[in-house]
Amino acid sequence: MTSTDQQKGGALCGVCTECGKCDRLLNGRSNEAIKKEEKMEQDNSVRLYTFIIYSENVPGLLSQITAVFTRRQVNIESLNVCASSTPGAHKYTITANCDRTMALMLTKQIEKKIDVLQANFFTDDEIFINETCLLKISTPVMLENKNVCRMVRLHNAHIVEVNSIYATVEKTGITSDILSLYNSLKSIGCVLQFVRSGRICITKDFTEHLDEYLADREKKRNGK
Amino acid sequence: MEKITGAEALMRALENEGVDILFGYPGGSIMPTYDALYDHKKTLNHILVRHEQGAVHAAQGYARVSGKVGCAIVTSGPGATNTVTGIADAMIDSTPMVVIAGQVGVAMLGTDAFQEVDVVGITSPITKWSYQIRRAEDVAWAVARAFYIAKSGRPGPVVLDFAKNAQTSLVEYEPVKADFIRSYEPDPDLNEDEIRQAARMINESVKPFVLVGQGVELGNAREELKEFLEKADMPCGTTFLGLSAIESDHRLNKGILGMHGNLGPNVMTNKCDLLIAVGMRFDDRVTGNLATYAKQAKIIHFDIDRSEFNKNVKVNLSVHGNCKKSLAAVTKLLDKATHTAWIEGFKPYEEKEYQKVIDKALNPTEGPLLMGEVVRKVSEATKNAGIMVTDVGQNQLFACRYFKFTQPRSVVTSGGLGTMGFGIPAAIGATFGAPDRTVCLFVGDGGLQMTLQEFGTIMEQGAPVKIILLNNNYLGNVRQWQEMFFSHRYSFTPMLNPDYELIAKGYNIPAKTVVERKDLDAAIAEMLSTPGPYLLQCAIKEEDNVMPMVPPGANIDEMILEYKP
Repeated sequence: MTSTDQQKGGALCGVCTECGKCDRLLNGRSNEAIKKEEKMEQDNSVRLYTFIIYSENVPGLLSQITAVFTRRQVNIESLNVCASSTPGAHKYTITANCDRTMALMLTKQIEKKIDVLQANFFTDDEIFINETCLLKISTPVMLENKNVCRMVRLHNAHIVEVNSIYATVEKTGITSDILSLYNSLKSIGCVLQFVRSGRICITKDFTEHLDEYLADREKKRNGK
Repeated sequence: MEKITGAEALMRALENEGVDILFGYPGGSIMPTYDALYDHKKTLNHILVRHEQGAVHAAQGYARVSGKVGCAIVTSGPGATNTVTGIADAMIDSTPMVVIAGQVGVAMLGTDAFQEVDVVGITSPITKWSYQIRRAEDVAWAVARAFYIAKSGRPGPVVLDFAKNAQTSLVEYEPVKADFIRSYEPDPDLNEDEIRQAARMINESVKPFVLVGQGVELGNAREELKEFLEKADMPCGTTFLGLSAIESDHRLNKGILGMHGNLGPNVMTNKCDLLIAVGMRFDDRVTGNLATYAKQAKIIHFDIDRSEFNKNVKVNLSVHGNCKKSLAAVTKLLDKATHTAWIEGFKPYEEKEYQKVIDKALNPTEGPLLMGEVVRKVSEATKNAGIMVTDVGQNQLFACRYFKFTQPRSVVTSGGLGTMGFGIPAAIGATFGAPDRTVCLFVGDGGLQMTLQEFGTIMEQGAPVKIILLNNNYLGNVRQWQEMFFSHRYSFTPMLNPDYELIAKGYNIPAKTVVERKDLDAAIAEMLSTPGPYLLQCAIKEEDNVMPMVPPGANIDEMILEYKP
């Protein structure tokens, strides 16, 4: 809302709570806006979204949440569930490839589950991401080929154990760094085992929406 | 404090929730509960059905007409799986219901024990909440929570999976009241901006059109809806489930939306400048082709369920909340308006439909009986004050088109799931939910045989269901589609029928068959004046089609009025 809008509109119109001349506020969104959004969806299409879901700690909820993805034909790429910083609340971090409309529908349908507190989705630039991986690599190949250790150093990974048969490499970072390390070691032919964790992340937002929501709910409970 | 069994605690918890009727069927894993029920016969009226599917549909029928939570009680394993269809039906049609199923003891869970099935796993996707009671201590809490969830917000079914050990072990019972769940907001606060925007959009609109859904009935918002419509002089159309949310002959009620609805509302959906949906969910049977649906209009959506917004139809404005509150709030801000010319615009379509379809359906002079004329005559014989229960198929479509409504909560039909066999048990439930009203069931020869065993329940209870069997010796609706879209290839739709009068007599239900048009009025009068149940079989024209019709996937304003092979 600019000051010019307010000057054009003069006093408050009595319909909107603000200036009164803003189309968004007065008439919902325009059909052009909807068309634009639909077009954007068609073009922009599928990308990797990270879903952050908070729920009460009750058994059986995980399968209900994943079932929403299945029903909408969206494949889950990674999933991490653990207790959150809020007592009693569990945090699910799920990544999946879909378009924005789908991500929105998924979160709304997940939030509809009785014991789910909040569901949101983020693009990679809205969150700090971390994943971890472990690689079991062949010691003889490592000793033979200097590139193995070079790759480990280059990727800022750690060797956590070595014996005569194998060495264990650990790497923490974003998906692409981890895959880059894996691919370079694989091309050398030394990888015996490879395992990656699901994604964990925190939002870059300045406010903690869950805490606000819970505080709001407590107020409602006390009002009853 | 006195210790009682978990089963006894369940009885007290149900009484605490105001339950006075249960539809059920006993079995092994629920026996301790049935034993406790024996001592509560005076307060908890148990209706023994003949199949568990009947119990859930009856609970649905009861809930729909009474506005209370329907309650069904069954055993584990097959007892529980037999309720699945009714649970899914209640979910998609937002019917408040609590299903209590027995379960094997916790020590045997997961061992493939006799009559063990993962009920919570099966029903989670088709319930609002599904919970396994594993300890007697949880009974009071779980029952209170179940009823709170089932009836609040957008209503729906809840399943309680009651382990046998929890039924038998002892507990100190104290009643629990549930009216708050931290993660669940059934009554969202209205957003002032949304209300103001909605009012502004309506005030600016020249050709507004309102879509009325079952949400209006569920929110008990009939009066609010009427004030809303009348103040701004807006015409409306209803969905099947919203049929009795406004009187059929209200000046502003322009008829039914969707595939077999009326011509006017469907055409005008694509002519209005503002489409206002209230408590409906833009089902594909209502919208037809989404790519051309109301593209010229702005759309406002009133709903209590946030996940319905922009699900099928992108809307310009969503108004989140109970429509009883949101409609009233918007109405306050509306300018008094008249849209005479716009409303007059419906007339040519009404006349066209009357001439080409309705007149022929209601006033035939020769040939076999038609479903439409039977339905309208029954409706008029009840002074349009009866409860219409339908099965699924042509009987349902004709009943919804030609039954007329003056009273609230008068429609019991399986809308979203389209469950054949729904009719008889739902009608039984409706007679208990509204004992003072006339319950008219319209059922085809296909659906009747899917839950025919419930004739036993009707007999035992003397449930005054007026069964109007519209018999055309076909699975009529599928046959219609085969005729229209599958080159007239009648693949397994003709049916050899038994003697239904004889069957009814076996169950001590008075019955009569009408073949000639001249006998129809007298037969209906006899049916309605006979106390208790009655089966009126009507010999219907075999190959009649429900018209008009929006062919599947077609644009909503392109209704076929006459089908010429």
